[in-house]
Amino acid sequence: MDKIIEVQNLSKHFGEFEAVGGISFDVKKGEIFSLLGPNGAGKTTTIKMLTTLIEPSSGLIHIGGINLAENKIAIRKQFGIVFQDSSLDEDLTAQENMFFHAVLYGLNRSKRQTNIETLLKFFGLWERRNDLVKHFSGGMKKRLEIARALSHEPPLLFLDEPTSGLDPQNRSRLWEYLKDLNKKMNMTIFLTTHSMEEVEKVSERIVIIDHGKISAEGTPESIKAGTKSDTLEEAFLALTGRDIREDAPALTDQMRKGRLLWSGGKKK
Amino acid sequence: MNAIWALWLRQIKRYLRSRSRLIGSLGQPLLFLLALGFGFGPIFKKAGGGNYIQFLTPGVVAMGVLFTAIFSGIEIIWDRQFGFLKETLVAPVSRIYIMLGRTLGGATVAVIQGILVLTIATLVGFKWSSPLGIFPALCFMFLIAVLFTALGTGIASILEDMQGFQIIMNFLVMPIFFFSGSLFPLSGLPPFLGVLSAFNPLTYGVEGLRLSLLGGSLLRMGIDILVLFSFSSALLLIGSWLFEKIQI
Repeated sequence: MDKIIEVQNLSKHFGEFEAVGGISFDVKKGEIFSLLGPNGAGKTTTIKMLTTLIEPSSGLIHIGGINLAENKIAIRKQFGIVFQDSSLDEDLTAQENMFFHAVLYGLNRSKRQTNIETLLKFFGLWERRNDLVKHFSGGMKKRLEIARALSHEPPLLFLDEPTSGLDPQNRSRLWEYLKDLNKKMNMTIFLTTHSMEEVEKVSERIVIIDHGKISAEGTPESIKAGTKSDTLEEAFLALTGRDIREDAPALTDQMRKGRLLWSGGKKK
Repeated sequence: MNAIWALWLRQIKRYLRSRSRLIGSLGQPLLFLLALGFGFGPIFKKAGGGNYIQFLTPGVVAMGVLFTAIFSGIEIIWDRQFGFLKETLVAPVSRIYIMLGRTLGGATVAVIQGILVLTIATLVGFKWSSPLGIFPALCFMFLIAVLFTALGTGIASILEDMQGFQIIMNFLVMPIFFFSGSLFPLSGLPPFLGVLSAFNPLTYGVEGLRLSLLGGSLLRMGIDILVLFSFSSALLLIGSWLFEKIQI
């Protein structure tokens, strides 16, 4: 199988702090891939580097054969992303959010209309298309984000903790949709989550990172076998330890220290 | 090109939908116009300055444009907090276009706000020297608007949240407003404050608006346009550069 993402020796430093320390992995075309790790392990930093939101300190990223350092715009066309926190404009309607996205991604008028209609219907939002997003429930917002991320038909979809804060009904509905898309369109899904159950159910391959380094890689079965665990949750704990992490410095704090952001002299 | 249009449209839609913002940002210039205009009017006249409403109107129009423009630029902080900024930053569009679309949208909103202030001033007694003055006046409003939206965008690119915003208002926006000749003639200022106002781009905007609405030297107007245009271009460049560097 072809590789859609190739990561070689990727690292990111914020001053002294090493958030990601030289990791390498591949994601194959059409697979559901999970990047796992405790809080502060470097997952978010890695996703942000892969999606061109922050610059790597060193290392190489190729997506769809394109070097990220050389052509960010071409890379951005390759993927859709659903962020952990909402990235919708709540003062716009569902349809307007879809419309702006489609224009930004350069879809022509007829493509725009068909894709928006198909996806809003698929995710059960068509009847509410003219409502402002701020009146939507959490589950509806999430579905809209996923619909929007899919509207430019990307071969690759990043999902950063897509089901956190959703009830079991919404969660299982969402995964039905996603597995369906993965099968029918051969869409690659790059997932991060804390729900090991979910990973075991959907994921074909896993990379576990901790302290910015890869600590295990393989299929759910091979990782369980390697740690002699019955469940992935136990394997995860065996690999990353049972200690609760000191609230690892979040990315924003690191950026603040690195003077990329100014907080107005406020003490945190 | 489509991206610029889309982001422009977004700013306009948000503005039209938010009545509180529309009315809220009209409040301050109107307060200045009515309270100061009628309150200080007699004193201004006694001191030989003529009709104060005539003097003040171009100033409060500039104020309306200035405040709305800075706020439009600063809106990026909200977009950062509510997440929409990420959506635009991962889009396959050069960030310069994103910055330009936002700036033009914010500037359009600011010009509309300026027109509203001017309309109300006319209703309470401002007299135009010539109706043709609207054309140069619109041109000045637009230049002021672009200049300060770009400034706001640049500031918001490096500001994390609204905490730092009060400092910006008190140490940047208010001084820009007070030392621009919008409320009082600058001739009375001591030399060091005079120098400050000479480096204040709004000074040229207020003067340009005053010349447009009350009549006066075309040469001065040309110089004002030139100065504002240079300032706006420089701030657009700096703003784009800062926006380009945003990492979240």
